[in-house]
Amino acid sequence: MSENYGQRGLWRRDRVWSFLEPRAREVDVSRNVILYIEGVTVNFDGFKALNDLNLYINDGELRCLIGANGAGKTTLMDVITGKTQCNQGSVYFGQTINLLEHSEPEIARLGIGRKFQKPTVFEVHTVYENLELSLKTYKGVWYTLSAKLSMEEMDYIDEVLNIIGLEKHRYQVAGALSHGEKQWLEIGMLLAAEPRLLLIDEPVAGMTPQETERTAELLTSLAGDHTVVVVEHDMEFVRSIARTVTVLHQGSVLAEGSMEAIQNNPDVIEVYLGDQP
Amino acid sequence: MSQFFNALVSKGFFGKRIRNGVHMFSLILFVVVIVCSVSNLLVPEQSIFYVSTYTITLLGKYLCFALLALSVDVVWGYCGVLSLGHGAFFALGGYGMGMYLMRQVGDRGVYGNPDLPDFMVFLDWTELPWYWFGMDQFWFAIAMAIFIPGLLAFVFGWLAFRSRVTGVYLSIMTQALTYALMLAFFRNEMGFGGNNGLTDFKEILHFDLQSNETRVGLFFLSALVLIIALLLSQKIMKSRFGRVVISIRDGESRARFLGYVTDHYKVALFVYSAVLAAFAGVLYVPQVGIINPSEFSPINSIEVVVWVAVGGRGTLYGAAVGALLVNYAKTKFTAVLPDGWLFALGALFVGVTLYLPNGIVGFFEQRISFLKGDSSRELDSFEVKDKKSVSEVEV
Repeated sequence: MSENYGQRGLWRRDRVWSFLEPRAREVDVSRNVILYIEGVTVNFDGFKALNDLNLYINDGELRCLIGANGAGKTTLMDVITGKTQCNQGSVYFGQTINLLEHSEPEIARLGIGRKFQKPTVFEVHTVYENLELSLKTYKGVWYTLSAKLSMEEMDYIDEVLNIIGLEKHRYQVAGALSHGEKQWLEIGMLLAAEPRLLLIDEPVAGMTPQETERTAELLTSLAGDHTVVVVEHDMEFVRSIARTVTVLHQGSVLAEGSMEAIQNNPDVIEVYLGDQP
Repeated sequence: MSQFFNALVSKGFFGKRIRNGVHMFSLILFVVVIVCSVSNLLVPEQSIFYVSTYTITLLGKYLCFALLALSVDVVWGYCGVLSLGHGAFFALGGYGMGMYLMRQVGDRGVYGNPDLPDFMVFLDWTELPWYWFGMDQFWFAIAMAIFIPGLLAFVFGWLAFRSRVTGVYLSIMTQALTYALMLAFFRNEMGFGGNNGLTDFKEILHFDLQSNETRVGLFFLSALVLIIALLLSQKIMKSRFGRVVISIRDGESRARFLGYVTDHYKVALFVYSAVLAAFAGVLYVPQVGIINPSEFSPINSIEVVVWVAVGGRGTLYGAAVGALLVNYAKTKFTAVLPDGWLFALGALFVGVTLYLPNGIVGFFEQRISFLKGDSSRELDSFEVKDKKSVSEVEV
């Protein structure tokens, strides 16, 4: 990372020195691309979880990432959100923000929300409190000691409750929600943070068909205002929401395109179905 | 053993929400303390309503332990940080107070030296070490007795939480911390009286420490500090800060991905907790009349954890109830069978962990809400889950 910084961060003539720029700032999407992932390699003791991966996500698009287990989908999310350090490569949020220099909470405050594979909500808090904690506001120790909800914030929480369809459960403890409701609540928590980019890891795992359908509607309605990246195994689901699909294989991009093109892509067929006569 | 530990640290174990037992407990405590004080000072000794000074001092000691238990509950019950070293902050606070009381002895010591405490004269020291200066001023001594444990907690917490040390490893580190301090304070060269510690105190703020009035005063003050600490802690835990802390306990990475710098929250809470423990130590020392390095011993800190577990984690007043009950039991038990106490304590801990995962307070709260019939079903489902997770781990 330091090598990377020296070569590209400090000497790039098109960019102000990064340490002169404020750390938290608006994402610059003037080139219509919100996420640049270039040459990212993650090495876990010799095993390359990501191998020279290049990926560009456009502002406002809904992108599906698919791939077999171990293809590097979750590792990629870890790198974007600052959980895992990458050995090589660069990750830029918009034109200017180098995500590799930021910690997880900073990245979250920059406007990248992440939903985990397993629904992760705060079970002892009510649905309402879960959303309150996720609001985009100051997150410092002193501020939260005396923080009160403003009228706008309450309205916004109501709006989010409405979007995720949990108005009736607002004062219920989140631990008492069903699996699907927890997944929606977690998506709601991301929305409450007003992110630019949503990373959603397997949203429909373990859902009933009806719940899956609702989730698909929810995600498609979010695209446009937000950029949504969905990792999913369920092909039916991907087909129902995807406009562009990226296939990962062994840590790099194997194919990219519309669902139809992907399904007819010989490389993808070979990886997924093995050698066919 | 480690599985047992995991059961303790794992999140399924908590899951109690704040109810308002704190107000009730504070009220009862206040009334009891007033009654005891009046019975000691105004009722003649022959009366059956007379409360002896011995009892007053004993209760005062329990109240200090209750405050210590509260400080552990704040970090353990709400943030899942199982500290096995809170005795260190307690003892450091106690030493601060002890240093003040030592200086108050003045020339009434055995050797009659107006500046040096007896043990320094005995060791042939000729002048006061630099860290003893100013400790003859009450306000300065108290400030130091609170500041030093707070600073230690800040430095320790900063290093530990920033490196993301959690769970059993953190517990072991806190235990090492208090053990190291114990070894250090055992040394005579440290200038804190070595093995014997600080004792033979005469007076505090020119009030005789042996007199009834001073003892009742200290008892009353302990209760007051405990009540204030309870109410303040409840206020903190009911603020958004408290909700963030609980969130960190139940899903630290989720909290991080929501934009909370969890280390800062943990450090802040740890320092607050250490300050409470230090206050407990400050109030404890004048009542028992001695502070020595054995207060640092890890077993003391572990006992505090048992009090909290018995009373009920994450309820604040449960910790106080647990401390009072277990210490009362200890006083009674050690009178009958002195060697058996540690076995009884261990059995109590295992029993409570298995059969009362939410402690005594949690058990009664559950019964009460069951009788009222207005209980939220959600919480009940949690209890069931708790039990399952515990038995699974035990097997």
